[in-house]
Amino acid sequence: MGLLDKKYHDSNIIIVNLESALNWARKSSLWYEQFGLACCAIEMMATAASRYDFDRFGIIPRSSPRQADVMIVAGTVTMKMASRIHKLYEQMSEPRYVISMGSCSNCGGPYWEHGYHVLKGVDKVIPVDVYVPGCPPRPEALLEGFLKLQEKIMNETLVEKKDPAIEKE
Amino acid sequence: MIEVVRKGNSRPEMVINMGPQHPSTHGVLRLEVTLDGELVTHVRPHIGYLHRCFEKYAEKMDDYSKVTPYTDRMDYVSAINQEHGYAIAMEKLLSIEVPDRVEHIRVIMAELQRIASHLLAVGTFGLDLGAFTPFLYVFTEREKILDIFEKTSGARLLYNYICVGGLMRDVDEDFKKDTAEFVRTFRPKITELQDLLSYNSIFIKRTANVGILPEKVALNFASSGPVLRGSGVKWDLRKNDPYSIYDRFDFDIPVGKGEVGTLGDCWDRYIVRVHEMEESCKIIEQALESMPDEGDVQQNVPKKIRTKPGEIYSRTESPRGELGYYIISDQSSKPFRLKARTPSFVNLSVLPAISRGSLMSDLVAIIGSIDIVLGEVDR
Repeated sequence: MGLLDKKYHDSNIIIVNLESALNWARKSSLWYEQFGLACCAIEMMATAASRYDFDRFGIIPRSSPRQADVMIVAGTVTMKMASRIHKLYEQMSEPRYVISMGSCSNCGGPYWEHGYHVLKGVDKVIPVDVYVPGCPPRPEALLEGFLKLQEKIMNETLVEKKDPAIEKE
Repeated sequence: MIEVVRKGNSRPEMVINMGPQHPSTHGVLRLEVTLDGELVTHVRPHIGYLHRCFEKYAEKMDDYSKVTPYTDRMDYVSAINQEHGYAIAMEKLLSIEVPDRVEHIRVIMAELQRIASHLLAVGTFGLDLGAFTPFLYVFTEREKILDIFEKTSGARLLYNYICVGGLMRDVDEDFKKDTAEFVRTFRPKITELQDLLSYNSIFIKRTANVGILPEKVALNFASSGPVLRGSGVKWDLRKNDPYSIYDRFDFDIPVGKGEVGTLGDCWDRYIVRVHEMEESCKIIEQALESMPDEGDVQQNVPKKIRTKPGEIYSRTESPRGELGYYIISDQSSKPFRLKARTPSFVNLSVLPAISRGSLMSDLVAIIGSIDIVLGEVDR
């Protein structure tokens, strides 16, 4: 906010593309849904705590899906949990994003082969924007995932583009 | 999900669903709480939201040593202690002698992990009750421990460091210096934590005389670790059934005394963890002094594990209590059956007994004081 307060304090008109203004506002306050499932949740907490400090990116934890913009699926998604995740995702308001954190929620991870109760990737129940690999990913990796998400948000447009796959048909 | 049930002429009861997505259930625990007004009449824990098929994996891996990463992921907050327990069980089964240097490194790592685990438990307990600042302070200290682990094993959270018969790799040259430095700087931080959280009057009001677990009930439910010691029972496997080289060290077992409330309340369970961190510091200092400087950490690691038909039960003290591994072996290179007796699962079973009659808001304090890790409850 220093830029707005100091540089433009006497003339408060800024000419800017509406899309980029909206996207800029959107990417700078990504409130995430505190959704720790397993081991990765500890690393997610570490990322939010003193050393790595999520807050400097405007990323703040929320306990309710209705207040959140982005859901971090941190940990192993089991069959029993899958329907809950879908329900929580539906409770979030648009625009909503999903970061899949760790190998387990990316693809099943170490529980891929014999994990009879483990969902092989959270993308089977909800759409995922950014995948963060690792078991568990380091806090830096999760931060990088957020930066990638911010990049993605900056490229959004108000007019929905048609899905190229649908256009072909 | 709220449901009002009316039985005959009695007062209406309300059934509230808490979790699996709830910030204070420490993971994915679901509680079905029956309320009379604001008083809890019954709690039913529903588990299984993080069942990750540990036993199936133990049977399906083609070698005993490949089970170790899965023991890490059982209690992800104290991975070293889980590995240590499994390694001790396997060494008993195979009758392997472990070199002195390895034992010392293992004990130092296990105690560092105990401090890290208790720090997390204490920090999140405060967070549940609305104290955000201690959470940031304990994480600063925890990161220092994780730095030592990272230098030694290469990982921050799940290490796969202790293997059957030895260690994956030797410690780096700075290990002794780093650990001694950490212990020296950590001691004053415990005092800081005491001032910041333990004797904070709001914190005492939320935790003293809440969720009282009498000694007899604790023993009947077979609870262990800080939950049992908070009720005044002096039971710690490091003293009562020493494994590894714990019999060589001089340390106390802190127990709850009912200092600010009744014996066995949430505050007692909390303060036991804080005092245990001090005791762990003592053990680390002694182990650093007597640790041999030279020695191959892999000299007794078997190339291929071959077992005879047999069975073994071995128990160790993890930060949450008694961790037991029951292994049945046959002639193949993988366990026929491997059962883990995990402390969180057993400790969770006291929840319905001690939360009856308490306020709904105190339920959060009770869950936090039991300090469960859902990975360990569901396995």
